[in-house]
Amino acid sequence: MEKLISEFSFGLFFWQLFIFVGLVLLLKKYAWKPILDTVNERETSIKDALGAAADARKEMEALQEDNQRILKEARAEREALLKDARATGAQLVEQAKADAQKEADRILTQAQAALETEKAAAIEDLKRQVAGFSLEIAEKVLQSELEDHKKQTALVEKLLKDVNIK
Amino acid sequence: MVNIIKRINLLSLLFFISFTFAKETEAPSQDLKSEIRAYIKHHLEDTYDFNLLSYTAQDGHKVHIGMPLPVILWDEGLTIFSSSKLHHGETVAQVGDRYYKLDHGKIYRTDAAGTIDYDENHHATNIAPLDFSITKNVFTIIVTALLMFFLFKGLAQSYANNGMIAKGVGRFFEPIILHIRDEIAIPNIGEKHYKKYMSYLLTLFFFIWFLNILGLTPLGINVTGNIAITFSLAFLTFLITNFTAKKDYWMHIFWMPGVPKIMRLALAPIELLGVIIKPFSLMIRLYANISAGHIVLMSLIGLIFIFKNWFGSTLSFGLAFAISIIEILVALLQAYIFTVLSALYFGFAVEEHEHEEAH
Repeated sequence: MEKLISEFSFGLFFWQLFIFVGLVLLLKKYAWKPILDTVNERETSIKDALGAAADARKEMEALQEDNQRILKEARAEREALLKDARATGAQLVEQAKADAQKEADRILTQAQAALETEKAAAIEDLKRQVAGFSLEIAEKVLQSELEDHKKQTALVEKLLKDVNIK
Repeated sequence: MVNIIKRINLLSLLFFISFTFAKETEAPSQDLKSEIRAYIKHHLEDTYDFNLLSYTAQDGHKVHIGMPLPVILWDEGLTIFSSSKLHHGETVAQVGDRYYKLDHGKIYRTDAAGTIDYDENHHATNIAPLDFSITKNVFTIIVTALLMFFLFKGLAQSYANNGMIAKGVGRFFEPIILHIRDEIAIPNIGEKHYKKYMSYLLTLFFFIWFLNILGLTPLGINVTGNIAITFSLAFLTFLITNFTAKKDYWMHIFWMPGVPKIMRLALAPIELLGVIIKPFSLMIRLYANISAGHIVLMSLIGLIFIFKNWFGSTLSFGLAFAISIIEILVALLQAYIFTVLSALYFGFAVEEHEHEEAH
């Protein structure tokens, strides 16, 4: 201890204290404060950047999820639409077929009716001609009966043979 | 700069010369031992000039290589002269009409003949003027302070010039600064108060570290192994601790909460003693560690010259080499411990107890 005290130099103590305190103050102003401020600032900016990146990723994930959902919805909608369209198409075809059938039936019926009418008219016409022929025959018979009874009868028979009504 | 390199070259050259001389001269072993002891003792002390090398020339005349430093004395007025006038205590320095002589590392006022009177305890009784000399240690401190100032100022500036990223040598120091903040200051002092202590802790750490490392160079510097230096550093820690202390700190010293009243009276002097002992231990720890390191290292180097045979000298060299490496570690470790403990004491000073009576 005595050795330590005898070794102690007040001058050195004074200079050390003076220089060290001066150094602390100078470094504080010109080095430590700017260094620590910068480091803090850098750390904050890194933290912020990391936070922003995480946010962006989260947002991206949400967006992707949204996209997926929208895509799924769209697919479902397309499916539904297709199904609908298919059904509508089938229905349309069905309808068209039914319509066509109906039309065909109608046309057929019309044609048959026309045919019937034609036939009736033809028969009517025939009847009238037959009546005409009958009258002519009767006239000719009456004329020939007046000349030859026998011949008249033969004629009538011959005429009747000709007139063949089906 | 060129001058310094020249000097270092000269130093190494002379070292080899003196090495060969030591081999040739057949000095008595006892004499060499005491010489080495005296040399180590001399090395541990502060000197008035920056002495790199001393040796005895062939004509028996002592040669000193180094540079003189200013001696500043307050002896009824300011007295400044170059330390070269003291001639390492060999002659009397005359400054104006006064005479000064160096005796056992201290400057005394003497008469023209340089007589120094001793008392019965072999202490000089001459007048010792107040000494503010720029000694070797003061000079080294100034150099270290300048080095630190420009180093860390450069780091601070490199941030501004390089987009908040350190450049050059600052890249090495920036993690250390961050380590001191994150592993020393914040855990010991707390997030709330650590900022006001940062400048001191950072300066303290680098100052001690740099000086410890400088002490391991062949320049023969021993600053942190000087009691005045460690005392002033510990004294600053002591002052800062006690001047920034909060109410709780004093409360725990004088009136310890949570213990019986009679115990409080008994604890107060112990705690008060602790206030002094804490920085005192800082002072002694750094001083003792660095001094011991220097003594061990120099003794081992001295052994090389004492053994003077290939086996012993090689062994001594190996040991000296190993100790040098350990000393590099100790240099860092002691700076670290001083800083950590200072931070810890600051932490005690500003600690806040939320539940005062719950102890």
